[in-house]
Parts: sequence; C-alpha cells; structure tokens
Amino acid sequence: MKSFVNVNPKSLDEAVAVLDRARAQGKKAALAGGGSDLLGMLKDHLVQPDLVVNLKSISGLEGVHREGERVRIGALTTLDEIARHPLLVERYAALAQAAGLAASPQIRNVGTLGGNVNQRPWCHYFRQGFPCFKNGGKMCYAVAGENQFHALFGGGPAFIVHPSDTAPALVALEAEFKVMGPSGAKIIPAEKYFILPREDVLRENVLGENEILAEVILPAAPSGLRSTYLKIRDRQAWDHAIVSIGAALEWEGGRCRKARLVLGGVAPIPWRVPNAERLLEGKSLGEALARQVAEAALAGAQPLAKNGYKVPLAKATVRRAVLSLLPAA
Amino acid sequence: MGFETTRRDFIRNTGWGIASAAAVSGLDIHGPLLRAEPIEVPSVAPTSRIRLTVNQRPYALGVEDRWTLAEVLRDHLGLTGTKVACDRGECGACTVLLEGRAVYACSYLAVWADGKEVLTVEGLAQGEQLDPLQEAFIEHDGPQCGFCTSGQLMAARALLNQVPEPTPPQVREGLAGNLCRCSNYNRYVEAVLAAAGKEGRHGK
Repeated sequence: MKSFVNVNPKSLDEAVAVLDRARAQGKKAALAGGGSDLLGMLKDHLVQPDLVVNLKSISGLEGVHREGERVRIGALTTLDEIARHPLLVERYAALAQAAGLAASPQIRNVGTLGGNVNQRPWCHYFRQGFPCFKNGGKMCYAVAGENQFHALFGGGPAFIVHPSDTAPALVALEAEFKVMGPSGAKIIPAEKYFILPREDVLRENVLGENEILAEVILPAAPSGLRSTYLKIRDRQAWDHAIVSIGAALEWEGGRCRKARLVLGGVAPIPWRVPNAERLLEGKSLGEALARQVAEAALAGAQPLAKNGYKVPLAKATVRRAVLSLLPAA
Repeated sequence: MGFETTRRDFIRNTGWGIASAAAVSGLDIHGPLLRAEPIEVPSVAPTSRIRLTVNQRPYALGVEDRWTLAEVLRDHLGLTGTKVACDRGECGACTVLLEGRAVYACSYLAVWADGKEVLTVEGLAQGEQLDPLQEAFIEHDGPQCGFCTSGQLMAARALLNQVPEPTPPQVREGLAGNLCRCSNYNRYVEAVLAAAGKEGRHGK
C-alpha cells in the first residue's frame, strides 16, 4: 500500500484539529477505528490518505455507560463488547444481536461500533476498483451487471446497499449520534445520519471530512420494549446481510403501542418502513397481521434483474421478526 | 544482488529495523532485544518506533507506519508460523492473539500494536510440551494442507481462554472467522472439543 503517516491523537479535539489541518493543507486523512475496513481499502488503493488518524489512541472513546435511563456507547467500543454487554443484551437486544452477527470473531474483537456504522459499501464493483459512482466515476456497474446483492429501495444513481448490521438496529432503537467537529459537538438522530446516493453519491452519511462520530446514545428503554435483529446470509457466518431487519416494538396490555421496523441489505441506507409500522400500532399481533405487515414493508420494492429473490426473503424476515417480539403472555 | 538472493536475505542485507540489524550482527533475533534506542529504519516511507512483546519476548522495533502486524511478525521477526493468504481480513490464516484476543494480523497496523502483547503460533508450545490444542489437532487429523492451521489454532486458543468448555455451536462460532480450503472443518471442531475436555480434566 502507499505510504502514510500514522497519527496517534490523545483527545477528540486533537483528532479534529489534525483533520482540520490536513484539509487546510490539501492533504487527505482517513480515520481508523478498528481499522479492518480501512486496511482493505488501503491495500486495494481505493483510498490513498496522507494521514491515518488512529482513534484507538484516544482514551475514553470506548465503553458502555449508563446515564440516568439513557445509555451512552463510545464509538470505539468493540462489537464483541456490545454483543456481550448484559445491559444491552437485556434492554437493547436488537443492537447486541446485530453486533454479535457482524463479520467474524476476529473482526468483532477489533471492529468498533463507529467503524461498523461508517464502513464503506461492500459492492464488489466498488471494492474491486471499478470506476463507478462510489469511486468517483460516472456509472453504476450493478444496474446492467451482477446485482444479486443490490438495492430494492432508494437506489440511483448508485445501487449499493448499506452494509452495517448495527445501523438498522440503532435506527430501530431511536439512537442518536454525537458527532465532534471543529465547532464542537452536535447530536444527530440515527435516522437522519445516513444519506441516499441521490443526495451525495460519494458518501453514505452526513459526517464531514473534519468530523468524527464520537458516541452513540440510546434513549431510555420504556417498559414493554422488545427488540430484535434478524440477519439472512448466504453462509451462516462471516457474511454481509442479504436482507436483515432491526425491529423494536413497544407493548402495552397486549397491544403494540409503537413500532419501528428498519430493513438492512435492501437500500443504500437503513430502510425504515413506516407504512408497515402503522399497521402494527394499536393492534394485537397474530399470524395474519404479521403477513400484512410484511407485505406493507416490501410494497414499492423495485428489484433489479437479479435481486428479485430478496423480496419474498425480506417479507419472511419481517414476519418472523415481528412474531418473535410478541409480548410474554 | 543476484536473482538467487532470497527475499529474507534481501531484508537482512538492507538492514530494515532492529530485528534485521540484529540478524546481520549475529544476534539471535528470537531472543530478547531490549535496546533503548532502536536503529533507525532506512526508508523513504514514514516510520515509527514501537515496542512489542511477542511470545513473552520484548522487542524494540523501527517499523514503517504502513506495515501490518503480520508483515512485521513474518518478514522482520522471522515468525513465519503466522500465515498470510487473503491479506484482507477474510480467511483467518494470520490470526494471532493481541492482548489475549484473536485478531487478523494482516488487518492491524504494527504501529497500533505499540506496547501490546502478541501471541503467535510459535508461542503456543511450552518448550517440547505441545499445547493441548496442538496435540488434539494432530490426533484428530485437523490439518490437511496445513496452511490455515496456525490461524485455526490461535482462534481456538482464544476461544478456550474465554470459554474453557464450549459447546459444539460455540466452537463453530469461534472458528467462523477461519477458512479451510481443504474443508476439514468437522475435524477442527472435534479437535477443539477434545482439547477442551482434556484441559478441563487436567485443570489447565
């Protein structure tokens, strides 16, 4: 890989200053959380930064902390820690399950929540360096090419799917992201963090060149909240989701008070399906309603030539997810 | 320099880093290297000085910032038991323990490992005494071509350190990040379960 300088900032402010200075000097900087995704991109010359900013050198960016009824998770917390954390497993199951289903044990040991959320797409055209939209080119090779793993919703001009497992779970759980930049911290709802290719084809989120995702904040988990993350893969380990769902349902007296259903693997962003959510709200749940919810969730899907199989797969996944969240009798 | 020169000779002769410098001066590069001032790395690429403990031996090293931990272990410390196959964090052949956790050494920069402890497959046996996992791998014919074996061993070691008596699904999950092109997965899982049973009986 091309050479670069590794920088070990001691604080978030210092890291932001490094990014800011690099930008002012016309140098490219890349952020490394666990670094697994970045190193692959460096080796394949998809990014060629002058500086690699190693966020692992900043103390206090990792860990799961209770703050009143909320939970703050440092962006450098490893996926393995999140998958095993008793508070997350109990109250925010969708997130713990998503983290535990990501990648492989080795990746989860170094891979961070921030890195999982911010990882670049895994479209094979993009990763193999085709001059596609995501690589700064002028076409999406998947449109007329191999598009088995591409988007059903929100595609155009690029048809990538967002690869993160934790992102749909975080949107379903109504998490907020704390982003640090030159003018301090700002809070962005997870749902507003991700952007479609038609907004900016070179990015998957709103994070600026001199900004760092510092923390994920989970709101209080109300009584009656049940959540889950289901992931469908080609092989049962070490693979990205063909389709997945982060689902969070709040129950009261046997009826669903509030529903959040967010699909993964089907769109360039975690794909919320409000029409399906509304069908659940105020109702008690049975097999018939679960099927209606699944139909509603996939209504409007626009398959490409080779990814139509995802539609029935996603419907079944939605149905299974909501039925698995039935309140304890 | 003729074409017969091996890559390792080349590295030695160009004297990259303290380990290769030590080899030139006749020091045992596998022995403790505790120099306060490591030799500068003659390189046009940006470099850093790091300290690593590998298999309980301390090293002070000059490394290029872009070198992966796998490159440093193999090419500069001579610890070629750690294999590199995909070099993209997908196959697991390069698995080592970093601070006790299984990681892909190909996907972690050596500079990020500064001050940390690394265990490679060379550090598993205690002298002539093989690790129970190594013995079980032999007994159960785990390795076929053998290329993935050191990575499988290290992933299994990390698993048993964390879960001394795993269930078969836990073993399969623990080895999920390691590919075997000979597809000898069932034997590997059997071997890990057998080693776990032995370790349990002998109270390791």
